[in-house]
Amino acid sequence: MMVSKKTLAVAAMALSVVFLLVAPFLFKPYGVFILSTWVVMTIAAIGLNLTLGYAGQVSLAQAAFVGIGSYITAYLTTRGWPFWSTYMLAGTSCFIVGWLLGYPALRVQHHYLAFVTLAFNTLVYLIFRNEEWLTRGIYGIMNIPRPEVLGWSMAKPIPFYYFLLAHLALISAATWALIQSPWGRAFIAVRENPIRALSLGVDTRRYTLMAFALGAGLGGISGSLYAALVQFIDPTPFALGLSLNLLLMVIVGGSGYFFGPFLGAVVAVLLPEWLRFAQGYYLMGYAALVMLLMIFCPTGLLGFADRLLTPKAKSDSGPNPVLPDSAAPQKAAG
Amino acid sequence: MTPVLEVRNLRKTFGGIVAVDDVSFNVNDGEILGIIGPNGSGKSTLFNCILGQLQPSAGEVFLHGKAVTRTRPCDLNRLGVSRTFQLLQIFPQLTVRENLILAGQEHQGTMLSRLFGRRDAGLTGAANQMIEFFRLGHLADEKAGGLSYGQQKLLDAAMAFMAGPRLVLLDEPAGGVNLTMLQSLRERLRAINAEQGATFVVIEHNMEFVMALCTRIVVLAEGRIIAEGDPADVRRNPKVIEAYLGH
Amino acid sequence: MADFIQLLIAGLATGGIYALAAVGFTLLWQTSQTINFAQGEFVMLPAFFVLIGMSFFGMPFWLACVAALILSMITLGFMFKKLLVDPMLNHGTLPLVIATIGLAILMKEGVREFYGADAWPFPPLAEATNVTVLGAALSLQSLIILGITIGAVVALQLFLSGTRTGRQMQATALNPSVARILGIPVERMILYTFLINAALVMLAALLITPIYLAKFSNGELLGLYAFIAAIIGGFNQMRGAIVGGLVLGVIDNFTAVYISTQYRLVVPLVFLIIIILFRPQGLLGRVEERTV
Repeated sequence: MMVSKKTLAVAAMALSVVFLLVAPFLFKPYGVFILSTWVVMTIAAIGLNLTLGYAGQVSLAQAAFVGIGSYITAYLTTRGWPFWSTYMLAGTSCFIVGWLLGYPALRVQHHYLAFVTLAFNTLVYLIFRNEEWLTRGIYGIMNIPRPEVLGWSMAKPIPFYYFLLAHLALISAATWALIQSPWGRAFIAVRENPIRALSLGVDTRRYTLMAFALGAGLGGISGSLYAALVQFIDPTPFALGLSLNLLLMVIVGGSGYFFGPFLGAVVAVLLPEWLRFAQGYYLMGYAALVMLLMIFCPTGLLGFADRLLTPKAKSDSGPNPVLPDSAAPQKAAG
Repeated sequence: MTPVLEVRNLRKTFGGIVAVDDVSFNVNDGEILGIIGPNGSGKSTLFNCILGQLQPSAGEVFLHGKAVTRTRPCDLNRLGVSRTFQLLQIFPQLTVRENLILAGQEHQGTMLSRLFGRRDAGLTGAANQMIEFFRLGHLADEKAGGLSYGQQKLLDAAMAFMAGPRLVLLDEPAGGVNLTMLQSLRERLRAINAEQGATFVVIEHNMEFVMALCTRIVVLAEGRIIAEGDPADVRRNPKVIEAYLGH
Repeated sequence: MADFIQLLIAGLATGGIYALAAVGFTLLWQTSQTINFAQGEFVMLPAFFVLIGMSFFGMPFWLACVAALILSMITLGFMFKKLLVDPMLNHGTLPLVIATIGLAILMKEGVREFYGADAWPFPPLAEATNVTVLGAALSLQSLIILGITIGAVVALQLFLSGTRTGRQMQATALNPSVARILGIPVERMILYTFLINAALVMLAALLITPIYLAKFSNGELLGLYAFIAAIIGGFNQMRGAIVGGLVLGVIDNFTAVYISTQYRLVVPLVFLIIIILFRPQGLLGRVEERTV
């Protein structure tokens, strides 16, 4: 008997949720810390998946937003602000900056957009590193406090892990609702055929900016949580490398698939820790995996699973949901 | 009575090439106007200028007497103007039903209400009706990318009608469609025209299709209007015969 | 004034190296729509080929260079095209971009794993002496770099416009489908551009590594400069990439001296953003009509 795709997906999800809930009792504190990092990176990758996977806009600036969110929380909480206000501020500031960064996307596309966002990320990194009066440069900001929730301290690793997990659950639910709403449909329309979408009343300009802003906002939230998690931040993690890494997470997991970022972050954050003995070879293997995936299944690991589980007859009905091909622009003018 | 659409002295140049040269015409309420002309006579460019997809170099466009020149396509669509494209334009990753819901959702409520409102923007019923009307019932939950060419062409047309437009511009609706499908398409268009009073402008190469469908025809050659009239007149017009055979 | 000339020459020299990488980058884009995010690592790797030739096989410097050139044409030219680019022809631009990001990681980590994370000295092409011209003490090395770059670019230009193969390559770059109809062996022409790119990055490696030393992470910044040079010059033109590289080198040197070393990257980056937004075809590029 053929097990349906849906049953498998639900089973995999239930197992994952159970694992995440009991994980703190299975691991040493370091393991809990790594899982917490996974949660934070997954949130940033969910944001990028909205921008790239659903709306089809390449962004190499997600690390900049994680950084901005981190520095806002780090700077303000160490000056006595309550965590929650800095958290909200991180999300909204990044939302606004992301909206502004979306404007170039209205003028240029694909590789040009990649380069604009790449340049933006590098500029933000340079500010983190050089503006010592604000960020303390390479010395970093220390002793970032962890928040309290209804009088309960989240300072210990395990409570803080559950705190992060609750965030992930809420953000996942909100994102799920978003992509199921007409907005999600409009994002996909902007990705697949912006000209047709425009002719059907879809304000592609506004949705494109919104996709950037929402993705950036989630980046900022992830950054705010990151600062509270590591309690010490310096500019290094927010360089271009993290943006590329987040991009790979989204693509490797399966861009445009809801659970793509979760899986991508497992491969990029959790596996290297479990395969520590492999050291540098792990990254080489990861790089090789990325290349093989792109050659044989550009829709990522979930796309690959999707293809395996879909009956053969329909397998040709799933063209690449990653991005329209810039090399072959549609021409409507006669 | 004010015409539904009025095009006045429209002109479009690309570099030194004049694609549309001083074109003026009216489209009256409830009519099916055909625009024909040899390849490269500027028909699609004319459409794209009227619909704001290209910026006209000069001239004006009025919708129900209101100037809409250079209005963005999405705003024009929300004013009740809809279109299809010469090349197929559907959303392959969405199902047939979702394609249709998408085609209607931006006409429902505000951006904010669409975020917090119902998933289908209350359009499932309307989409199902449209699916039945275009006889795509068995395909409603299939991804549009998996449909045959003819079926996609029907879906493409159905999307243009989803929001109940007053004016529909069809760019070669019959192109590449087989005979049975063609007949079905013609019936559907006629029915919408008669029942909902929608006005049509149709660009088409298939002469038989145009002659049978349209009430009036404008002939374009080298960017200019060379003839205008009812199908029988146009067919006999020596200028038209020359334009088609002279090259 | 003497300072100014010194800086200008030094800027042109580094700019020339960026130009070499940028020219290869645009060649790949033109003929096969490959955006090579590993271009920086492509410049980093051949230096290690040379070092391996010298230290493991005891080759003299010149022989190691010849061996490295052959090796990079095989790996960075032939294998890169056959194993990575060709299988992805129908996947669109983005998957290939991602794959080259993966390739960059692979090359970087590979070098770190097998050769270590240290910066290794690399034999210079010239003694560290100065030549005095018009009162300005110019470094001999800068002049030699500039000379070699100009020579390489002129040779490439002569090859492209003066030989039959070169003209066929240009036709391929301009419009592959028309070229195919004209009976040009398009596939072979594309392969040639990959081989030329491999030779160009090898040359760039020879010129720049004595200055920056051989290090696994060299590619990060070099790649960024190659992109910027290619884009500000014009993504679809070789001349553009050369001008872009030279302009970038000069800007870079002047910013470092007159504005701030910490922010030396800022001026090129801001320049890049402005160019992309307001003149996306680049300083010298052709306009690619945006279709509706």
